[in-house]
Amino acid sequence: MPTQDEATPTLTREDVIKVAMLARLALSDTELSSLTEELSKIVGFVSQLSEINTDEVEPLAHPLDSQNVFREDRPVPSLTTADALRCAPRHDEECFLVPAVLGESGSA
Amino acid sequence: MTAESHHPFTTVIGLEVHVQLQTETKLFCGCVTTFGSSPNTQVCPTCLGLPGSLPVMNRLAFDLSLRAALALNCKIASFTKWDRKNYFYPDLPKGYQISQFDLPFSYEGHLEVIDPKGVFEPRNVRIIRVHLEEDAGKSMHDEAAGTADSRIDLNRTGTPLCEIVTEPDIRSPEEARAWLNELKLLLVYLGVSDCNMQEGSLRVDANVNLHIPQPDGRLAKTPIVEIKNMNSFRSVERALVYETERQWGEWQATHAEIGSMPKQTRGWDDSAGVTRGQRHKEESSDYRYFPEPDLVPVTVSEEQVAAVRATMGEPPAMLRKTLADRWKIPAYDADVLVNQGPELVEYFEDLAKKVGEGKVASNWMQQDVLRMLNERGGRIADFPVQPAAVADIIERVKKGDFDTGRGKEIFAAVLETGRPVDEVVAGLGIAAVDEGDLQKLCEELIAENPKIVADVKGGKEQAAGGLIGQAKRKNPNVNPGKVRALALELIRALP
Repeated sequence: MPTQDEATPTLTREDVIKVAMLARLALSDTELSSLTEELSKIVGFVSQLSEINTDEVEPLAHPLDSQNVFREDRPVPSLTTADALRCAPRHDEECFLVPAVLGESGSA
Repeated sequence: MTAESHHPFTTVIGLEVHVQLQTETKLFCGCVTTFGSSPNTQVCPTCLGLPGSLPVMNRLAFDLSLRAALALNCKIASFTKWDRKNYFYPDLPKGYQISQFDLPFSYEGHLEVIDPKGVFEPRNVRIIRVHLEEDAGKSMHDEAAGTADSRIDLNRTGTPLCEIVTEPDIRSPEEARAWLNELKLLLVYLGVSDCNMQEGSLRVDANVNLHIPQPDGRLAKTPIVEIKNMNSFRSVERALVYETERQWGEWQATHAEIGSMPKQTRGWDDSAGVTRGQRHKEESSDYRYFPEPDLVPVTVSEEQVAAVRATMGEPPAMLRKTLADRWKIPAYDADVLVNQGPELVEYFEDLAKKVGEGKVASNWMQQDVLRMLNERGGRIADFPVQPAAVADIIERVKKGDFDTGRGKEIFAAVLETGRPVDEVVAGLGIAAVDEGDLQKLCEELIAENPKIVADVKGGKEQAAGGLIGQAKRKNPNVNPGKVRALALELIRALP
């Protein structure tokens, strides 16, 4: 997340440009201005939490009070290729088609 | 090959390894993970990331990764959760990868590698963490066809991966290769992964830089480079050798140190034998991790850890010692055998049991079975000559039916023809030589070789060796030891 002063959290226009780019959102100048303002308000609202002392509170990993949900390693039929591709904007007989991807995958 | 032998610096290497776990189905859905199927035949709403689908963790995947972590001497977290790693790429349909960020299920382990030839000192490589995550799909781009499209196959999407990250404890390219071999062996022995690099079941990235002592006593560090695209352990070694030299050249030219530029990623070009800089994506490190709301956390008790440990079997390092002790074979032999994998060890132990002598069995394994197996390729389980047949041949050699050299020929013939030992022995006319025939043969040799007889009489027993070659020419089936013993006996008996 963008760096911010803990006492008075604000988002700069540059922060919003960066976050928009990460989310692949093309924002107009007007949108950037209004979002900078709105997002700053949201962050400011949430930052009220930092007024509370949470030293003794364990971080919440999940809102549900449930753990250890597993399935067995048993195969289940997959979709047919035709069904898998059905909703794709573009595809050939076996693959999804996307604009040329060159260079490295961003995967881990 | 070792850069540090002639350069005044230390090479510092850390590895990041991804292994596909040996499950039948994916990490979060029931699609199978078979390699090489037609594109998009192993996909469902969950691994396609369709709205409304939810992931459910594969129990075996978790157990296998637990096994890997324990074998790597890691601590197991009692509480673990998964996180979303957000980035856009067409082979990642959800727009995020389910991975582990701040609470991996295991951490702080180590794996030692010992070079039996002593080229480098035993190296204990610390493991920072092992975590469980999902794989991405594949994008294919046919540049030759000149089309503007990439084709996306999502069969691999959601395959369970164990990510293993080491501390930068490795000090040379050959150490890196040896350590990877040891890691692979360990994971194969434990049934965690088949570690098949051709099929992408094991992938390695390497981080490398140089530490160069300065005249003022300071340690200068070159910028860390991450190397990708290495498709074999040999490539890893070659890429690291290349990169070490490249960084040394760059250091001499620029004196650029770590921190003076962002971390660089370079891809290994195996045919050109060079690493090349890859386009730097400034935003790529900003993955905006947050807890995965669709998966609940997992807790692991001491009892569960103990249960997994109990079913783990012997890791290779321990098995080497066990084999050496159990069969009274040298450490070197045990190392060679264990490094070939569990199937070969099973073959060896079966043979050693039948033969009753570990060292004899080990010699046959290394000189005959392994040599032929390497020539033919394939797995030991499919090798046409199984332990019973080898033991049969060894038994006949021990009985003196024929010598070891002849035994090896029979082994080769059994392998070639696929016929039983008995038939091959009969077919080659390799019947045991009758005692009477042997007596007659030796008498003939003695009559024909007065010089040798005189030498032996004069105390030069080794002169009898000259008779053995002649004996083999007269009858290829004779046992040289028997010829020698009988000939000496007969000569001594001469007046």
